[in-house]
Amino acid sequence: MAVRQEEFVLNMGPQHPSTHGVFRIVLTLDGETVVKADPVPGYLHRGIEKLAEARTYTQVIPYTDRLDYLASMLMNWGYVQAVEKLMGIEVPLRAEYIRVIVGELARIASHLVATGAMASDLGGLTGFLYTFRDREEILDLFEMVCGSRLTASYMRIGGVAKDLPEGFVPKAKEFLKKFTLSLAEYNGLITGNEIFQRRTKNVGILSAEKAVDMSLSGPVLRASGVGHDLRKVRPYSIYPQFEFEVPLRTNGDCFDRYYLRVLEMAESVKIIEQALASLPEGPVMAKIPRIIKPPAGEVYTEIESSKGIMGVYIVSDGSPKPYRVHFRRPSFINLGYLAEMVRGWKVADVVAILGSLDIVLGEVDC
Amino acid sequence: MLENIFVSSLNWLKNLMAAVELPAPLADMLILVIKLAAILGFILINALWLVYMERKVSAFIQGRIGPNRVGPFGLLQTTMDVLKLISKEIIIPAAADKKLFLLAPLMIFVPPLAIFAIVPFGKGMAAIDLNLGVYYFVAMASLSTVIIWMAGWSSNNKYALLGGMRVVAQMVSYEMPLILSMIGVIILTGTLNMNGIIQAQEKVWFIFLQPVAATIYLIAALAETNRTPFDLVEGESEIISGPFTEYSGMGFAFFFLAEYANVLLVSVMATTLFFGGWLAPFGWTFLPSWFWFIFKVYIMVFIFMWVRWTFPRIRVDQLMGFAWKVLVPLAIANIFLTGLGKYLFLS
Repeated sequence: MAVRQEEFVLNMGPQHPSTHGVFRIVLTLDGETVVKADPVPGYLHRGIEKLAEARTYTQVIPYTDRLDYLASMLMNWGYVQAVEKLMGIEVPLRAEYIRVIVGELARIASHLVATGAMASDLGGLTGFLYTFRDREEILDLFEMVCGSRLTASYMRIGGVAKDLPEGFVPKAKEFLKKFTLSLAEYNGLITGNEIFQRRTKNVGILSAEKAVDMSLSGPVLRASGVGHDLRKVRPYSIYPQFEFEVPLRTNGDCFDRYYLRVLEMAESVKIIEQALASLPEGPVMAKIPRIIKPPAGEVYTEIESSKGIMGVYIVSDGSPKPYRVHFRRPSFINLGYLAEMVRGWKVADVVAILGSLDIVLGEVDC
Repeated sequence: MLENIFVSSLNWLKNLMAAVELPAPLADMLILVIKLAAILGFILINALWLVYMERKVSAFIQGRIGPNRVGPFGLLQTTMDVLKLISKEIIIPAAADKKLFLLAPLMIFVPPLAIFAIVPFGKGMAAIDLNLGVYYFVAMASLSTVIIWMAGWSSNNKYALLGGMRVVAQMVSYEMPLILSMIGVIILTGTLNMNGIIQAQEKVWFIFLQPVAATIYLIAALAETNRTPFDLVEGESEIISGPFTEYSGMGFAFFFLAEYANVLLVSVMATTLFFGGWLAPFGWTFLPSWFWFIFKVYIMVFIFMWVRWTFPRIRVDQLMGFAWKVLVPLAIANIFLTGLGKYLFLS
């Protein structure tokens, strides 16, 4: 009897447990092997850039929370920094320190989701709950700072909304002490697991040249062996004052992308510890005009967010509302090679590769 | 007194039937029906309890509390869940093969039910004391492959189809090491009767004589029950829920509960083959044999749950490679060594 073989199309998402939200990939499968992949983003598009055109400069801040909602502090930071540059505002030193502290906390919070989600994408749900246990404490700290846990809107043009509350510094120090132990726990539960390593090592390899060609950034780029971290190569804010390493991995596989984030969390802990130790006194807001009206012109600034380089481009026509705002969203650009990366791998690896890229749909679809 | 509570109550029933002069064939039939009803009750209550236990164990491992709202300590949670599922609509996909789709959840309980008939729950407490016990277990256990494949194929859903293909590949491959690991024990005892195997362990449990076989059995049993790290069939983060994706209401509940019946089953077999069944450890016979049996089974179940909530999932090709390149050769080597040992020392 003649056996007929044919490929079939599997529509993965937008409703799927491990596409990290509403991402959709149309997979053409030969058995379980991917022949062709067609990523279809856009299910969470809200038109934030367009909405920003009808808001005043300050009113845009809450919209940036909804970009990478896992690290909303960093998104705020990227936006307010652009406006400050456009207006030439000098941010007080204490505000810069606070920004670094909450920014790095947000980076840890975001990497914790990536770490835990990687474990749960591979079927180990317990890792997910362990990382969320610690993320919860960071969110508690955020709640102390600004009353909001996820969508912070804490930063303002010219500083931060209010000073750190009483008791924040000791609580943060206590958290950092505990968190160092937690990192060892993740390495025991997830990183060191034989099955986890077999599932991730040498899977979805991304070469350094390709990563640079597609202008990928963040942990995805650094796992391929390119040591490009804006905090080091083009420092902004007060990062030159802190001593920290930029972790680097060279294989560019899923394991390196995962493990790099664990290493980065340890570096973030160092930065926060230094910032807490040398936190200066002073105002947290610069003297800014009541109505923010930047001069006509355009500006582009970048920060190193948890997912990569987050760029903000603003065109001002001199009115209180931006003429055009554009966000360079690292999650979206990091997806560039997805179709090529998953080709030839199994369905289960698609989930691992997507998880290791660590996308946030709020940012991908903007 | 406690030791014989079940046996003597059955004897009392037999005497009662003799006293009312029930015809012998009818009386035998009634006894058998009572025995099987007891087994059915045992499985269903245990399946409900195991769902609760799994949720509590996973909560314990993950630093949570687990169900604690419905009933004392949340004990009625799963009962209520099942009651809710009964009241739900059974949705049949338009493109599904309707007959097979409905038949699969009905059939899923048949293999575990049939196997429990031969399980010795305590001294003299097997519903049917079958001479070919182990063989019967292997034969019946492999049937569930067909039923899950039925579910996967008839759903006419791509995820279900992928899960169905996985179930055939996985369960057929892992039956090999499972059976081969049992052969080591059978060589030692020279019997396929489960009571015989238990009695042969009076001096020393087979886990100490057959550690390799026991390890292979435990790994293969994890794969047979489709639990992490071998839960590729359901593989929630990849293929949603595999063959069970399209099932709702009671159909879903049946598959869900059957998984736990199967966990209980492989734990029962592990206890029987390697941990001395209902024999009391250290001669602690002050507790009845059926207590020891259940106690050991639950320790096994706990180990299975512990593994499930710790490990991630293995990949399809790695799964097959592991079965055929590692477990099967190891099991064959174990059979060879066992045979050699028996020839040298026991004859």
